[in-house]
Amino acid sequence: MSGLKREGDPAHRLDALRGTTPPRPHDARAIAALAANPGCARRALMDGAGLDKDAAARHLGFPAPFGQSPFAITRGNAFEALVKADGCAELLRMLRELLRLPVAEVAYHDVENVGENADARSGAHLRHAHTRSLIDRAARGEDDAGTLYDHPLLALTIAGHTAFLEPDVVAFQLGGRFHIVEIKSFAVIDGQAEPSAAAAAARQAAVYVLALRTLLEELGHDPLRVSHDVVLVCPENFANRPVATLVDVRRQLAVLRRQLARMTTLDRLMAGLPEDLTFDLRPGEDGRPTRPVAELADAVRRTTARYAPDCLSTCDLCFFCRDEARQEGASDLLGRQVRDELGGVASVAEALGLADGSRDPAEGQEEIARLLRNAERLRRECLGSV
Amino acid sequence: MSLLTSLARLRALDEGIAQPVATVRHCHLSARPMVFVPLRLSGEAAAPLAAMLGDDRDRPRLLVVPQPRNRDLRFAWAAELAGVLLPYVESFTADTETVERRGGDPYERALDAPQLVVPNTGGVAFTRLLGRSTRFRRADGPYPVPESVPLLGRWLTYFAERAAYPGSSLTLAATEELGRHWASGQSGLEDGNLASLVAWITEGPREEAEDPLVWPPAGPATDPGFDAEVLAPAIDSGSAERVTEALRTQLAPTWRLMWQALDLLAGLEPGASVAQRWEQDRASFSAMAESVAEGGPPQPRRDGAVAAAARLARMERAQAAYEVQRAYDDPLVMAEYRLTGEAFAGEVVETVPDNAEGEGRSRKLRPLVVIKTDDPVLLPPGTALGTPERRAQGGELVEAHEGLVTVKITKGMGRGKTAAPGTVPDVGERVCYTSLTGDFQGSPGLPDAEATPWTHGGPPQQYVPDDEDAQEEWS
Amino acid sequence: MTADPGTGSPEPGPEHSPEQVIADVLADLPRHRGVVVDSPPGAGKSTLVVRAAAHLAATGEPLMIVAQTNEQVDDLVVRICDKHPHLTVGRLSAGAYAPPPRLLELAGVRVGTRVQDLGDPDIVIATADKWAWIGDRKWPWAIVDEAYQMRSDKLLRIAGLFERALFVGDPGQLDPFSIVDGDRWSGLSWDPLQSAVSVLLRHNPDLPVHRLPVSWRLPATAAPVVSRAFYPFTGFRSGTGPDERRMELVTGGLGTPHDRALEEAARSGWALLELPERHTVRTDGEAVRAVALLAERLLQRGAVAGSEQGERPVTADRIAVGAAHRDQVAAIRAAGLPPEITVDTANRLQGREYDVTIVLHPLSGRRDATAFHLESGRLCVLASRHRHACVVVARAGIAELLDAHPSAEPVQLGVPVKFPDGWEANQAVLEHLSRHRVRADRG
Repeated sequence: MSGLKREGDPAHRLDALRGTTPPRPHDARAIAALAANPGCARRALMDGAGLDKDAAARHLGFPAPFGQSPFAITRGNAFEALVKADGCAELLRMLRELLRLPVAEVAYHDVENVGENADARSGAHLRHAHTRSLIDRAARGEDDAGTLYDHPLLALTIAGHTAFLEPDVVAFQLGGRFHIVEIKSFAVIDGQAEPSAAAAAARQAAVYVLALRTLLEELGHDPLRVSHDVVLVCPENFANRPVATLVDVRRQLAVLRRQLARMTTLDRLMAGLPEDLTFDLRPGEDGRPTRPVAELADAVRRTTARYAPDCLSTCDLCFFCRDEARQEGASDLLGRQVRDELGGVASVAEALGLADGSRDPAEGQEEIARLLRNAERLRRECLGSV
Repeated sequence: MSLLTSLARLRALDEGIAQPVATVRHCHLSARPMVFVPLRLSGEAAAPLAAMLGDDRDRPRLLVVPQPRNRDLRFAWAAELAGVLLPYVESFTADTETVERRGGDPYERALDAPQLVVPNTGGVAFTRLLGRSTRFRRADGPYPVPESVPLLGRWLTYFAERAAYPGSSLTLAATEELGRHWASGQSGLEDGNLASLVAWITEGPREEAEDPLVWPPAGPATDPGFDAEVLAPAIDSGSAERVTEALRTQLAPTWRLMWQALDLLAGLEPGASVAQRWEQDRASFSAMAESVAEGGPPQPRRDGAVAAAARLARMERAQAAYEVQRAYDDPLVMAEYRLTGEAFAGEVVETVPDNAEGEGRSRKLRPLVVIKTDDPVLLPPGTALGTPERRAQGGELVEAHEGLVTVKITKGMGRGKTAAPGTVPDVGERVCYTSLTGDFQGSPGLPDAEATPWTHGGPPQQYVPDDEDAQEEWS
Repeated sequence: MTADPGTGSPEPGPEHSPEQVIADVLADLPRHRGVVVDSPPGAGKSTLVVRAAAHLAATGEPLMIVAQTNEQVDDLVVRICDKHPHLTVGRLSAGAYAPPPRLLELAGVRVGTRVQDLGDPDIVIATADKWAWIGDRKWPWAIVDEAYQMRSDKLLRIAGLFERALFVGDPGQLDPFSIVDGDRWSGLSWDPLQSAVSVLLRHNPDLPVHRLPVSWRLPATAAPVVSRAFYPFTGFRSGTGPDERRMELVTGGLGTPHDRALEEAARSGWALLELPERHTVRTDGEAVRAVALLAERLLQRGAVAGSEQGERPVTADRIAVGAAHRDQVAAIRAAGLPPEITVDTANRLQGREYDVTIVLHPLSGRRDATAFHLESGRLCVLASRHRHACVVVARAGIAELLDAHPSAEPVQLGVPVKFPDGWEANQAVLEHLSRHRVRADRG
């Protein structure tokens, strides 16, 4: 967990990057999103620093295009309540069927109301400690019956910081074997779910699997007692009736481990940055950012982004970076495939200049120039333009 | 996407206006398309909220579920939708032509067929789910719905399935069709926004195309801000009129864009093979209409083993044929193959029209044509070739050397001793040859579903729609 | 790939002797409706097919054999007649097929387009495509070769022809594919785009699956690398020891990077000729020239390969050049290699064997990796065709490319996860290659 921080160590530098802005807690969703664009240094630094990218984007005048409909939120909450009603009776029925377990009765522990009177951070510590002792007891085989742990508070270390994971998950234990249960309100219709939604759920569930495995390991138990098959609970077809599906998250776990390992190498990214660089929003007493927008924009631009259109669905800062790419006339705007196809040519003007012959290819550009000129010739011929 | 399309995108970005990537239209456009813009309740798989639809741009029908959580109101909405869609579909079944089949009975084919046009791929997916959620309903039994609802479900399912069928024009997604004909200066992902794509094609990029307050999303998802600030209060107010008017503001702009998109496509001449593909669409439509008329069962939830293999084979053949036809119909599509060395075009510089192989009775006319081309030819000698200029002919590449390519015509020369006039290109004629040819083998038969082998799970259980399907909740 | 790495420890494959596995397979045949044999690269798959064919034919019951391409069918016919000249073989073919001379010379072989034309041979053999047109008979036994490269819809068309079958194939190579989107079938146990073996085992989970434990093709320098990267849960070993395969370059080198790469490959079985980092077009001219030059120097320096089969020169027909894309193949062919050198895509090199391979790395010069580039089967094919050495040409920067690769793969419910993951496999191979790196810019 967190140790003493020394001046100049990476964790300290990251804190300085964030400045006085309160850290945005890493939830499972944010951690899962670390793998969305690992090549982007800007994003890696902001995530590593725990910066609230959403707030930064707003302040920069490029608010993120993500919103959630109240209908979706209501629906999600109602579905979760249904699954968990009567001490998770419905959930238990599904687990029996899905895992083919002779579960007669299970205990139900809700960790949520532990430490609710304490302040946020110490409340989290209390609940995490409580989760630890419950899991430890289960792993020692002291609980005969199966147990459902609702809202367990798990933690992971991200770039030197301990992140408590938002406890919107259930852990199930029987005979010392654990399964993570993820409740989602997207539908499974005739056995199939929207693949991108299922992927997002799998990535998040993997975060919990890893956190629970880490916890078991810290407690001296075999981490592999947490199954890599997570239980995904969704509404079936067009009804509210829940259905459970096993999802193998081994691939997501591998990706997550890689990304967390990368987060420990952020110092390499910081090495080239100006000493005094900060993304500080300088929140005033009311919490609103007071930092001049131009100054913040300048600071953000000091770090290299790797914009791709996929960012539009995965990163709060996407509109800012897209705007930047437009101003630079970068071919990244058109998508990764176009960018890749253009070989080493990064700018739109350069590519077009090579295509119409108004620009001579630099060394190493002879081939893409030949291809582009050929493509230009064919387009002109077919479109009858001169 | 090829480098040719990428170049068009770069050019579009630079000039601030979309660039053509086709010189002809590759889809059929109906004289009377049914434009269908559905909206879904956020957070639900297939709960309808509203739809604007109709075949007259000046008279859209707006159908609204005033209280989207009410199951009965949803089915009432579905019945209303059926009331518009089914008469439209049925209006095409009466006029037919008799088609003779080699080795089969003649069949009736509709002279024209319906065409459903939705804004985007999301619209297709929603159509599929709407179809799935309604086709198993029953008009009798414990959970009765209006009689038209299950029938609507079958047709919506059919339209959604045709959307996935390569080259079919029975169901069009506006953004997809526009994207096949124009390259914008944004990414393919952003082209999914109809307002933005139409702007690129007509007047250049508009910032507000992404502003939901100016251009509401083209569905089926609504803008979360609209949901929170306008729709939720309107629903809570219990005023059906307020809900209807709120949803009208979200649908009307897309309605106009849809007709604008159709106008843009109509501005292009149809490609030579479009009518032929539409003929297949008409035949498919007639078969579906017949199945419905004969009281056949609704489409199953998922394809069985044999049905899946059969559909895959049909779709693969259709895809391959569609690719060939597009290239043969459109020099700009063919240019993609020329760029990669799989086709070449140029001027005929020399011919040997009476070149022949074999002696006596087995003597065959094999004219030689030499073409001068600027294209990089990467085809090895012996490659079978086809040509858009003479589609019945087949050739073979003899040799390619320094911009001169010799082609031997091996097919479609008839039995004459000399070449008939016009069959061999003249010196000076511009021609194009490609290794892309439409010679597809038929696919072998499949077992009957009842004879599904043990490797694939054995014979499936006979599917009988039952009450359980009909009562499947819709909440 | 069908192996379930989640349950239990890895199969103790390497301890089993190949003979024992073959005996087990033959013993299992009458006991089960289907038997599956996984065969890693060069593990004697054809030998097994020939053995099993003779074994089944000896029972006096007719046998059908299914392979995927005409070349594979012809190869099997020749091998069967060679080993078992007393057997009669009917070779079914399409009308347009012209049998190669080596086939016509064989006494026990008849070629025909209809079963009736073949007489009544012990064995009838054809491609899966041809078998799909045959419908009026049932064979008690079938052998399906290259079953992992066969799409399950093809199996559906022919499974009615046999009562019992032996399925043999390599699970590590490229999966079958389609030009149309098959999402509507994903998760179905009979998904027509899955391989024949996946569908077979999903419906018949109790069928025995055997594994050939020894690669006779891959040398001791390659088997552990390929096994770890592409068969992490099953594993195999090489049939030859560290000193049994040798390659020598008769003529001295000029000290160029290309020569040094060849020397490294001759010494260690692997070499990575690394070109300076640059994003390039797919048909990277510098890389293409490097590939061509390597092939040219390899011939000029008169490589001699020594193995359990004796010493022989590495002639042009014993060399293959592999790449990911067809345009790359075309560019390499156009670079002026001797025509006897095979140049092809991974797809078409499946099942083939050479002394030396020269590979243009699928990720060389790319800025972003796509699923196509990362597909583990593609790299597996390219890295497992050689008996002696494999020389990979790549631009620097692949490690960074892998590191920056975004992970947003969709998840289809009910579809078993495939292993190994392409990313991990690429990483493993790259890590190994980095130990055999020769930089092209340091002459």
